[in-house]
Amino acid sequence: MFPTARAKAVTQHATSDARWVRLVERVKSDKDQAAFAALFAHFAPRVKAFLMKSGADAALAEECAQEVMVTLWNKAHLFDPERASVATWVFTIARNRRIDALRKQRRPEPEELTWGPEHEPEQSETIALQQESEQLGRALAALPENQRMLIERAYFGDLSHSEIAAETGLPLGTIKSRIRLALDRLRHEMK
Amino acid sequence: MTNIKHHLTDDLLMSYAAGNLPEAFSLVVATHVSLCDECRARLASYEAVGGAVLYEAPCCAMSEDSLAATLLRIAEAPQDAVPARATGAPGLFPQPLRDYVGGDLDAVQWKSVGGKVRQTVLPTSKEASVRLLHIPAGTAIPDHGHHGMELTLVLQGAFQDEGERFGRGDVEVAGEDLEHTPVATPGDDCICLAATDAPLKFNGLIPRMAQPFLGI
Repeated sequence: MFPTARAKAVTQHATSDARWVRLVERVKSDKDQAAFAALFAHFAPRVKAFLMKSGADAALAEECAQEVMVTLWNKAHLFDPERASVATWVFTIARNRRIDALRKQRRPEPEELTWGPEHEPEQSETIALQQESEQLGRALAALPENQRMLIERAYFGDLSHSEIAAETGLPLGTIKSRIRLALDRLRHEMK
Repeated sequence: MTNIKHHLTDDLLMSYAAGNLPEAFSLVVATHVSLCDECRARLASYEAVGGAVLYEAPCCAMSEDSLAATLLRIAEAPQDAVPARATGAPGLFPQPLRDYVGGDLDAVQWKSVGGKVRQTVLPTSKEASVRLLHIPAGTAIPDHGHHGMELTLVLQGAFQDEGERFGRGDVEVAGEDLEHTPVATPGDDCICLAATDAPLKFNGLIPRMAQPFLGI
């Protein structure tokens, strides 16, 4: 049986974010350097640009971007594709590195909630979350220029708390609900 | 999960997700999120915005030998060297707070701040401050307003303020305009974590004189 054109379109559509998930999976389970190189080629230059926009000079940004990628390798087992895209996970690592290196502050983090070692990510949940992440990316790109710039500046660390407007104009309700359900499943399993 | 009714605001969660909150406020946010899955999910959605921003960001070329250098770092510091973060043995304080206190409730070094109220100021960056407060059941926190924002998270017992009850996990977000007198409810003594970005201003001569000694 060949997939119908529509099913094929959906599969292809799911590839870009789902592909990053598979690569992290290979880093985690096989210590796969080729998979890591693919992740590196895509994310390291973006992390470097992110850090430079946050005020790091080129040398520091290069240094920190390498450290972020080392963390990705070492913590691949903590990545949960039912709760985040790879881009989101890399963003949180880069953000914490920025607070440490540029602001010289500690970053209090919530208690980690992790599945047991036997847990296999639910494929359908993973795909749904990755698709919602892509939708969020498209919604961000579709925002009026000035609004998008304001969000970017907030996440580059360019706006103080009092200047940040949480009303982003982005549809965050669906992705929030999906993450909430994943947390409920996780809590259920922890009992 | 406890029955949490008072949550963090969207702007606090987004600022924390973006990494722009003063450390003292971040500690209150991280502690509340440890207790509240609803805010954990809301926080994750704001982090997803950060992921989208990063994904769309322009690239900045890495230096030529960068991948090899990174792989070398990985080889030199094998994964075993990264210890899993200690997570919540049962206790009163969630892990992020324990990291700052150096333990759970029994590790706190309380200091009297007049009356029966005790506190300890936790070490953070200077732009805001955060402290643990121990308020005996039935006691009022001196009447005060503030120049900036105040976040108060309940860890044990409860307090009543402006007609609302705040129990374990609840967080009160008070703006500049609020002049209030939280009162610890009868029952367990109230222990809370409170962050401010400007010194409190107490109404009444004696608390005001005491203020320099409170370290807030």
